[in-house]
Amino acid sequence: MSQHIVSPRLYFLVFAALLALTGLTTGVAFIDLGAYNTVAALAIAVTKALLVILFFMHVRYSPHLTRIVVVAGFFWLAILITLTLSDFRTRRWTPSPSGWETSSVLRQAPR
Amino acid sequence: MSEAPVALAHQFDDLDQQHDAGSFGMWVFLVTEIMFFGGLFSAYTVYRSLYLEGFVAGSHILNIKLGATNTAVLIASSLTMAMAVHAAQKGKQKALMTFVLLTMLLGMVFLGIKYVEYHDKYVEHLIPCESQACSNLGLEFAPEGEALQPIQRQHAPLPHVEIYFCFYFFMTGMHALHMVIGLGIMTYLLLMARRGKFTAQYYAPVEVGGLYWHFVDIVWIFLFPLLYLIGGRY
Repeated sequence: MSQHIVSPRLYFLVFAALLALTGLTTGVAFIDLGAYNTVAALAIAVTKALLVILFFMHVRYSPHLTRIVVVAGFFWLAILITLTLSDFRTRRWTPSPSGWETSSVLRQAPR
Repeated sequence: MSEAPVALAHQFDDLDQQHDAGSFGMWVFLVTEIMFFGGLFSAYTVYRSLYLEGFVAGSHILNIKLGATNTAVLIASSLTMAMAVHAAQKGKQKALMTFVLLTMLLGMVFLGIKYVEYHDKYVEHLIPCESQACSNLGLEFAPEGEALQPIQRQHAPLPHVEIYFCFYFFMTGMHALHMVIGLGIMTYLLLMARRGKFTAQYYAPVEVGGLYWHFVDIVWIFLFPLLYLIGGRY
């Protein structure tokens, strides 16, 4: 057997780090950082998720094939969110052709 | 060492290959789970950007102490799950069963706290539901008292807050459903461990069940800041 066995000490260290980060993210939520509140909350969440994935889920010790699957999963999630937002965020950047403006306009002037 | 280990299924070359194939298959399933929750997270992002005041007011109504406690409980359950896998790798039956049991207990504490939160929202009339059948059951979206304060402070239109609570209940509900399924998996692991099915050579179900449990933990790691924290508590 050559499966990597993670030491309980490392598990407890990761656990302590996760608890500390939970405390940190809760504390930061009460400080006014403007838009950076969201950035900080997400950055801490990503860090925590990475700790869980790498150590608790053993991806740090997994073969490349498994790692590719993990990375591909999150890459596809990034595509999902990026393309969805690129649609919603840019809809009003270009002018609509006349008569396309909004549905309420259409309702006011039925043809 | 000359005899072939019985734990090895005949289609694999050796135990390592069998172990890696099991984890690989579980991760492929977890990728579908990432995309499932990913759909909810992107819908949340779009609606949050459309109805920011409603979402901020909604998150102010949630109980941040219970949310943070639940995060800690779930992280602790991930630790006991990791320790269960460790015990299985070492072939320690007793420790394996103890840690699986501890994981289940912490999972149930999480669901218990979640129940308290849901009940609070029920009492405060924060259940997003419009139909006659709902109002007959006392389920309605008509915040009053303390719950109304953040809504008024943010000048948030009520329908927008209601959409926030749709997301809150659907996302946490889906997560809770995964927790219940996880508890089922833990029960199975416990029974198998009691029958002595796991050895230091063969513990794939413990490893794979652990992957699932940790994944559900990760979903909550994102739900907690998105639903409870962002939106300015100061």
